[in-house]
Amino acid sequence: MTGALPPALLAVEGLEARYGRARILAGLTFHVARGEVVVLLGRNGAGKSTTLKAIMGLVPPTAGRVRLAGRDLAGLPPFRIARAGLGYVPEERRLFAGLTVRENLAVGMRPAPPGRQPWTEERLFALFPALAALRDRPAGRMSGGEQQMLAIARTLAGNPRLLLLDEPAEGLAPVVVERLAEAVKALRAEGLGILLSEQNLRFAGAVGDRALILETGAIRWEGPLATLLAEEALRARYLAV
Amino acid sequence: MSAPPPPVLEARGLVRSFGGVRAVDGVSLAVRAGELLALIGPNGAGKTTCFHLIGGQLRPEAGTVRLAGRDITGLPPPRIFRAGVGRTFQITATFGSMTVRENVQMALLSHAQRLFGLWRPARRQMRAEAEALLARVGMAEQAERASGVLAYGDLKRLELAIALAGRPRLLLMDEPTAGMAAAERRALMALVARLARESGLAVLFTEHDMDVVFGHADRVLVLDRGRVLAEGTPEAVRADPRVRAAYLGGVAA
Amino acid sequence: MDALILQALNGLASASSLFLVASGLTVIFGVSRIVNFAHGSLYMLGAYLGWTLVTRFAGGGAPGPLGFWGGVLLAALAVGLIGVAIEVLLLRRLYRAPELFPLLATFGVVLIVQDLALWAWGPQDLLGPRAPGLHGAVELPLLGLRFPRYELFLIALGPVVLGLLWLLFRRTRFGLLIRAATEDREMVGALGVDQRALFTGVFFLGAVLAGLAGALQLPRESVNLHMDLAVIVEAFVVVVVGGLGSLGGAFLAALLIGELHAFGILVFPRITLVLVFLVMAVVLVLRPHGLAGAAPAAVPPGAPGAAEPVIRPAPLALRRFALAVFALACALPSVLGDYALSVFADFAVFVLFAMSLHLLMGPGGMASFGHAAYFGIGAYAAALLAHHLAAPMAAGIALAPLAAGLAGLAFGWFCVRLSGVYAAMLTLAFAQIAWSVAFQWVEVTGGDNGILGVWPDAWARDRRVFAWLALALSAGGTLLLLRAIHAPFGYALRALRDSAPRAAAIGIPALTVRWLAFAFAAGLAGLAGALFAYGKGSVFPTLLAIPRSVDALLMVLLGGVRTVTGPIWGALAYAGLSEQLVRATDHWRLLLGLAIVALVLFFPEGLAGAARRWWEARESDGRR
Repeated sequence: MTGALPPALLAVEGLEARYGRARILAGLTFHVARGEVVVLLGRNGAGKSTTLKAIMGLVPPTAGRVRLAGRDLAGLPPFRIARAGLGYVPEERRLFAGLTVRENLAVGMRPAPPGRQPWTEERLFALFPALAALRDRPAGRMSGGEQQMLAIARTLAGNPRLLLLDEPAEGLAPVVVERLAEAVKALRAEGLGILLSEQNLRFAGAVGDRALILETGAIRWEGPLATLLAEEALRARYLAV
Repeated sequence: MSAPPPPVLEARGLVRSFGGVRAVDGVSLAVRAGELLALIGPNGAGKTTCFHLIGGQLRPEAGTVRLAGRDITGLPPPRIFRAGVGRTFQITATFGSMTVRENVQMALLSHAQRLFGLWRPARRQMRAEAEALLARVGMAEQAERASGVLAYGDLKRLELAIALAGRPRLLLMDEPTAGMAAAERRALMALVARLARESGLAVLFTEHDMDVVFGHADRVLVLDRGRVLAEGTPEAVRADPRVRAAYLGGVAA
Repeated sequence: MDALILQALNGLASASSLFLVASGLTVIFGVSRIVNFAHGSLYMLGAYLGWTLVTRFAGGGAPGPLGFWGGVLLAALAVGLIGVAIEVLLLRRLYRAPELFPLLATFGVVLIVQDLALWAWGPQDLLGPRAPGLHGAVELPLLGLRFPRYELFLIALGPVVLGLLWLLFRRTRFGLLIRAATEDREMVGALGVDQRALFTGVFFLGAVLAGLAGALQLPRESVNLHMDLAVIVEAFVVVVVGGLGSLGGAFLAALLIGELHAFGILVFPRITLVLVFLVMAVVLVLRPHGLAGAAPAAVPPGAPGAAEPVIRPAPLALRRFALAVFALACALPSVLGDYALSVFADFAVFVLFAMSLHLLMGPGGMASFGHAAYFGIGAYAAALLAHHLAAPMAAGIALAPLAAGLAGLAFGWFCVRLSGVYAAMLTLAFAQIAWSVAFQWVEVTGGDNGILGVWPDAWARDRRVFAWLALALSAGGTLLLLRAIHAPFGYALRALRDSAPRAAAIGIPALTVRWLAFAFAAGLAGLAGALFAYGKGSVFPTLLAIPRSVDALLMVLLGGVRTVTGPIWGALAYAGLSEQLVRATDHWRLLLGLAIVALVLFFPEGLAGAARRWWEARESDGRR
């Protein structure tokens, strides 16, 4: 990295992860800047989810570094990584089904770093108006789209600097996906960095700035999403679209 | 002129509630031999409940399910299987401690009512039949591999072979292409369509990927809040303004 | 009428103590998914420590620096710290392990604590002090009855503790986090909550409650070394009947069980123990997740690599090795002395016992915590035939597996309808029922004195002949089990374990297959039990007791539950080890407990699992 550039918000260097003897991530290097949405693309089993989990410490990385605003997080337990400013929204959402919407948010609530406007309940309900009407409903009794919004809101309540979203559009109705895309764009405008994994190129194209294409745990292509969307040959080669 | 044969699957007036809310509220549908019917709708519209009512995981509070004219309403899943219904799951479900071939052999042995043998090794029974089924879905070369280590698309094809082992007349597929890349999706659905046409199989599937729905289904049925919102050819459903408002949004444009 | 009211009040007082123990157990389970067998040990330690603190510092009736209440509270806090130590040193490493492992590890702690308590406080019962201010009896208003003050205090304590816990759970952040962690502990961590501190806090809370319950027993009963298992089995019943993880359910169930005891003694004095477990069985059949429990949420994706290995035909080298070992075993009795011959027969019995349990645990994926029931029923069937009917050994050996198999059909019908911890607890309950019958039905079973004089027929009385007979039957049973595992029946069992929805979708009748497996395993365990009875010449209720069930579990786990023939080696190694330990030292409980803990922590794949890993590594190196 040259001295002229500001350090990336999230810088990942040589990230490697294994399940038993199998190497799932083969040394990934990439970065995400403030106010940037980077999309991880690739087929099932390419290592997208594992990348997010390894960054979050849920799968301990076997090599490499993960730096958030210059601070190395690799090897820390997940709660320390969360406190350092990473927010993780898992693919299965994993809400606390028996807790109400407000209680789910309360579990995620953490104080904001000085100088930033904290995410309060009111601000979260403003971002996802559908949740406001359901505030006392148990999370288990909401629709898939509402659950996805609550999952993101719960993570935002911890005032992260960077969001990791694992296939947020999976299984959602097209109309809900459109609303979700609006919310992601609003968060980007707030200056959050966002790293999301996605299979849905339509959603990725609507929100993403840059794309990383993963194949068997390694980055095969990296570049602006606009390029990927424009060049069919590229998509055919890497995504078999 | 003789009357046309009854549809392979005919569900009438299915009702099921959870905690006072009607998840499925009077749904009727029919699938004919060789036909692919897609069931779509927003999350919570009742697609999965519908599937469970037909597949026997849940009992309907009202309504009937008929398979080729025979009433199978409320039978438990193993008996629904014997009546001629195969199914694949949204989250793939295979027997991870068995090889690919053994997975299919298991289904064949069950279909042949040979589950209670205590002496002859299972892996030596119905081997050729299993291999023939694997060949039909293009998995013959992977017969010896553990099913737990298969790539995702291959697991889906294995599930298909397992479902076919019961010689089904109806195939229930819950989000068959979830989590697959676009080319794999197309290949899998083309395979399903070919199998359906070859052996007169009726296929009912749920799906979130609109390319799959509009590219492969013969007919589409849209559910919303437990009721049938629209039904018809893919073109008609895509053009329906109510469907666009409730579900599709700008996608169809 | 007065007697009934007094009895009802007594029941309420017992219910309060029971609730104190069970509430800690259920909260710990809710958050950590660990069934803490050592919870009874914490209760016992609460009583012993309370005794020491109160009598040492407030002895001779004079109020000491701590007084009774100070001593009780200090004992509860000390037990809380012991609970923290157990969590930090042991259980923290097991949160990702299958649920059976923590259960076994905490049973190891039970053994360790028993020996340590024996060493610290000696074998004699200790009489507790009275509670100052709560001496004697008080006249109850309206009823006009006299009732002990201390019991009234206990009756009030239960609802007070329930209310305090409710406030803690509903009104504090700690409580909110506990409720969230009960649903998904990993996600709580990913949201920035230090779950290790949370878990330690929960263990402290649970252990304090257990310690408090133990110390508060001081004025009611003497302190002894059997308090731990007696209370833990009751607490399991309460927690399971109430619904795992549910405080309100535990309270209701504690009332139910407390009253059942109180009135059971009046109505059916001979079968009080059986009654409690029967009620539990009935509740679980009607409500499979207890009175107030919910169906457990889908298991969050576990550690990768947890998939069961593919069972393939044994490689030729392994089959040759097995044949050689068998040939050696056949030759061995010719050269052994008398003592060694009886040990040899024991080993043959344990191999069959372990292999029969393995069918359920390995391919069946069911945890049986009461396999001793079938072993014991087989043994008692043979002994009763010999004792009451003077039947020949052949009849005993033929009818014992039948009796055990029928018991397996009866008990299994209930057990296969439940899953996970509920099923394991129900197997434990049935084993306790069988044990209670053997223990309490003195006219038939001889009670604690057992049945003596169960000797083999004349032709097999020679120890060498009997050793061969045991070997032949054990090998035959083992071969039957191995064939079944590779046959369609074993495949169907594994199919149900691997994916229940898929198995149902291809027409495998889950309940029938599991039920028959249960009976099959029970029958062969009964055969092992009958052989054991003839080998020893006697039977005792201990054959059906919890430690015997744990023996079988340990043999299977030591050998490797995810292998096919591992339990054989596990049985030989475990039987050899405990044989040596019992002969070599008085502190075999301590050493065995430590061995169990070490096994669970460092050797979870078992002997055969480790051997297979070594073999596979060698194979893949060879190919490279």
